[in-house]
Amino acid sequence: MIHCELFRIIKPGLSTTVQDLGRFGYQRYGVGVSGAMDSYALQIANILVGNDRNASVLEITQGGLEIQILQDCVIALTGADFSAQIDAQHFPMWKSLRAKAGQLLSFGQPKYGMYTYLAVAGGIDVPVVMGSRSTYMRANLGGFHGRALKKNDVILGRSIDYSNKKFISKRVPPMFLPNYQTERKIRVIVGPDLLHFTKEAIQTFLSEEFELTTTSDRMGYRLKGPTLGHMDGRADILSDAIMPGTIQVPGNGDPIILLADRQTTGGFPRIATVITVDLPYVVQRRPGEQLSFEAVTVEEAQKLYREKEKFIKASNILRNSYS
Amino acid sequence: MFQIYPFGDSGLSIRFGKTISSKTNQYIRSFSMLLREENTQGIVEWIPTFTSITIIYDSSILSYHELKKRMTILLKKLVQMKLPSAQLHIIPTCYEEEYAPDLSYVAKFNGLSKDEVIAIHTQPYYLIYMIGFTPGFPYLGGMSKRIATPRLSKPRMNTPAGSVGIAGEQTGIYPLASPGGWQIIGRTPLKLFDPTNEHPFLLEAGNFIKFVQVDSSDYRKLEKEVEKGTYSYIIRDY
Repeated sequence: MIHCELFRIIKPGLSTTVQDLGRFGYQRYGVGVSGAMDSYALQIANILVGNDRNASVLEITQGGLEIQILQDCVIALTGADFSAQIDAQHFPMWKSLRAKAGQLLSFGQPKYGMYTYLAVAGGIDVPVVMGSRSTYMRANLGGFHGRALKKNDVILGRSIDYSNKKFISKRVPPMFLPNYQTERKIRVIVGPDLLHFTKEAIQTFLSEEFELTTTSDRMGYRLKGPTLGHMDGRADILSDAIMPGTIQVPGNGDPIILLADRQTTGGFPRIATVITVDLPYVVQRRPGEQLSFEAVTVEEAQKLYREKEKFIKASNILRNSYS
Repeated sequence: MFQIYPFGDSGLSIRFGKTISSKTNQYIRSFSMLLREENTQGIVEWIPTFTSITIIYDSSILSYHELKKRMTILLKKLVQMKLPSAQLHIIPTCYEEEYAPDLSYVAKFNGLSKDEVIAIHTQPYYLIYMIGFTPGFPYLGGMSKRIATPRLSKPRMNTPAGSVGIAGEQTGIYPLASPGGWQIIGRTPLKLFDPTNEHPFLLEAGNFIKFVQVDSSDYRKLEKEVEKGTYSYIIRDY
C-alpha cells in the first residue's frame, strides 16, 4: 500500500473533519466517542467505494467545501445534498463515481440536510489514535491533527492502481435511501429520569413541536418550544451517563439532544433517548426546522436496528467499485 | 436492591445507590471487575458514575432482555464477592506561587495561612468516584470543607495540564490544558492523560489518590523524568 496525496483543501467550508464510527472503549475515562453525526450515511458512503464500513471519511458541515483532487480515485457522497459539482458538472449523491487528478469538487445550493460524507476508496489516511481516526476536537485528538480542515491542507490516502480494472458504478437501492425531508416523528425511548419531570412535561414532550435553534453543533442540538417543567424544580441529577441521542432538560426547560461530540456524563435530567435508526433524521434537520417525538419500546427500537444492520451487512455486495 | 433499566436502545443502566457514598462506589468498582472478567460478547464498554454503571452494547448481538438476564445473574455474584483492594496513587504536587495562582485567595477566603491550606489539602486519601468532564478528569471525594472555595467569578481561558484546583467542596486535577473556573492551588508534573501511551490514563474510578507536597526544584526534576519516561509512578494497595 502506497500513501499518496489525495485532496488539497481550497475552501474548508464551515467545518470539515475526518470521522469514522467513533472512538469506543474510553468513555469510562471521560473520552467522548465523536465519530460521524449520521453514521448510516457514513457506512453507506464507505460501502459504495468498497471500504470497510468503519473507514474514515470527510464529514462536511453545510456544504461550502472546495477541494482539488490530486490523484485519480473513486469517491461517493452521501448524507446532506448541497448540489455537489465536479468541474462544474453535477455530481450525484449516493453513488460511487470516478474522479480524476486535477478536478475540482465543490458544493452549491443547499437542498436538504446538514452533514455530507465524502468517502474515497482506500480511506482517508490519518493516524489511528486510541482505536479510531475520528476527530475529537474537545481534546485536539485524532483525525487530521485533532482539528477541522483548513485552506491548503493536503489529505493523504492510499494509492490504488486502477489501470487494468473495469469500473462499475454502484448505487444504493431506493428503498434504503433515507428520506431526510419527510415530516416524520422522531422515535424515542423515554427515561431514565422521568421522576424528575411533571406529568404535563412528559405529555408535552411527546405531543408538541420543538424548533431546532441555531446554537446547535456536533455536541448537541438545542430545541425551543413549550417549556418542560421539572418535578418540584429538581433540575439537577448526580452526574450520570449520556448516550447518543439522549435528550436532557436543564433548568430553563429547553431540551438539548446530545450528539456525536457529547460529553460522557452530564448533570441534567434525561427525559428520553432517540432510537439509533432515527438519529440520522435528527442530525440532518436544520436550524429553524421542527421536531416532534413519539415513544416506542426498547423491543421495537432493537428490531428496527437489527433490520438496518442486516441491510448494511448484506449490502457488502455493493462493494468493489472495480472488478 | 439494585435497579436495572434500559437507557435508549443501546444502553443498559444499573443503579447501585441513590447518593454519593464509598459503599456504592465499592459496588460499582467490583461490578466493573466482574464485567471485565465476564467479557460478554456484544458489550462494547461501560461508564461508571457516582451511583450507576451504564453498559453500552450492540443489540444486533445481544437484546436488552438477554443482557438484563445476564446482568441479574452477575449481580447475584456481586453480593458474595470479596472486594479486591483498591490502588493508591501518590501525586507529587508543587504548591509554590508560580504553579498556584489562587492559593492566596483560597487561604484568605477561609481565614487560613497558605501552609494550613496545603496541610489540609495533602492530608486525605481522596476516592476517585468517577472520571468525566474531560478525558481523565477525576471527580474526587473527601476534601475538607475547611478549604472549600467558590469557583472563579471569571473562568480562565487556559489552565495548564496538571493544575490542581478547588471548586466549591470538590478538588480535582486538570488532565489537559483547558479553560476552567477552578481555584488553582498547585500543579503536578504527572501526566494523567497521554494519548500516545498504550495505557493512556493514569487514574481509574474506584482508586484513591494522595497529594504529596514537593518544591519547585523537585517539580522540575520530576517533570523531566516524566518527559523522558523514566519516572516511576508510586502506586500502592490501599
